[in-house]
Amino acid sequence: MAALTVLDEGRPTEVEFALADGVVRILRSMVEAAVGWRLEDRGLCRGDICIPVRDPALVTADGVSLPGLAAALHRPLALDTDERAAYLGPSAADRAPLAAGSPAPPFSLPDLDGRLHSLADHRGSKVLLAAWASW
Amino acid sequence: MVITVALDRAADARRWIERAEPTHPSLVDEGHVLADRYHMVNVPTVVWIDEDGRIARPNDVAFTTEQGGKYAGVSTADQMALLRRWVAGEAPPAAPAMPASGAGGPTAEAGLARAHFGLGWWLFEQGRGDAANRHFSVAGELAPEDFTIRRGTMRFRGADPFGPEFMQMVAEWHAGGNRYYLPLPVE
Repeated sequence: MAALTVLDEGRPTEVEFALADGVVRILRSMVEAAVGWRLEDRGLCRGDICIPVRDPALVTADGVSLPGLAAALHRPLALDTDERAAYLGPSAADRAPLAAGSPAPPFSLPDLDGRLHSLADHRGSKVLLAAWASW
Repeated sequence: MVITVALDRAADARRWIERAEPTHPSLVDEGHVLADRYHMVNVPTVVWIDEDGRIARPNDVAFTTEQGGKYAGVSTADQMALLRRWVAGEAPPAAPAMPASGAGGPTAEAGLARAHFGLGWWLFEQGRGDAANRHFSVAGELAPEDFTIRRGTMRFRGADPFGPEFMQMVAEWHAGGNRYYLPLPVE
């Protein structure tokens, strides 16, 4: 097996993978490291929450399908086997439309000195969040 | 509290931030994680967030100068007056819910476009520019409304985000009956 970099919303993890009939498959033991959910008999689990998996092709003797995992978790997957890298975006639930009254999605981002700042640090204050760019 | 976030490389944002000498948190989001979570498709974009961490007014276009506002068809002075009234304790003005698509709403295509942008950015950082550009290109085709992708990756491709390629991009977007800036109505 060769190494694949799985970027979970940008956070990289290296997992062993194999291409079987054109499908990227990873070891069952690496599923939690790659996507944050454990694969159990009852489905994909995180903490006390389990999602049943209905895809009969998710697990084969060659491993667990990475596209199948992304689909089961409703997460977009950009996959590049030549570059041995994949990016998993936030789940459909975490990409819900934002309207007045919606919880503001949490974020932690660095300043120029690398210090992380979180939206949650400012609970209790009104926040004007302003995105800009030099381009 | 003002929090600014540059959807930009730190190397490109640095001189602007250092010149402004901000006293508020002035953050950099190289991988556009904020844009992904907040469905931001262009800059400048502002979001009002209340004391309980809820959206008080969703994504809007806001410039700091009247000249900038003119490009977007908004009055900077009117927007500032609304903001001041909210800060002083008035309820935020009513705003329409974010559309499901077209304005960066959470369509499957927009989500996949973001994933390709994220993969492209990581490849670019690894020095794998050709592979990165392939994914930026796929991302732009999946989400043509997303200028944080289409314009924001121009420097990575050696193009000028203020040059002819950008002008043509906007002209084609307008010719298709679309708007480059999507401000909220001011009641």
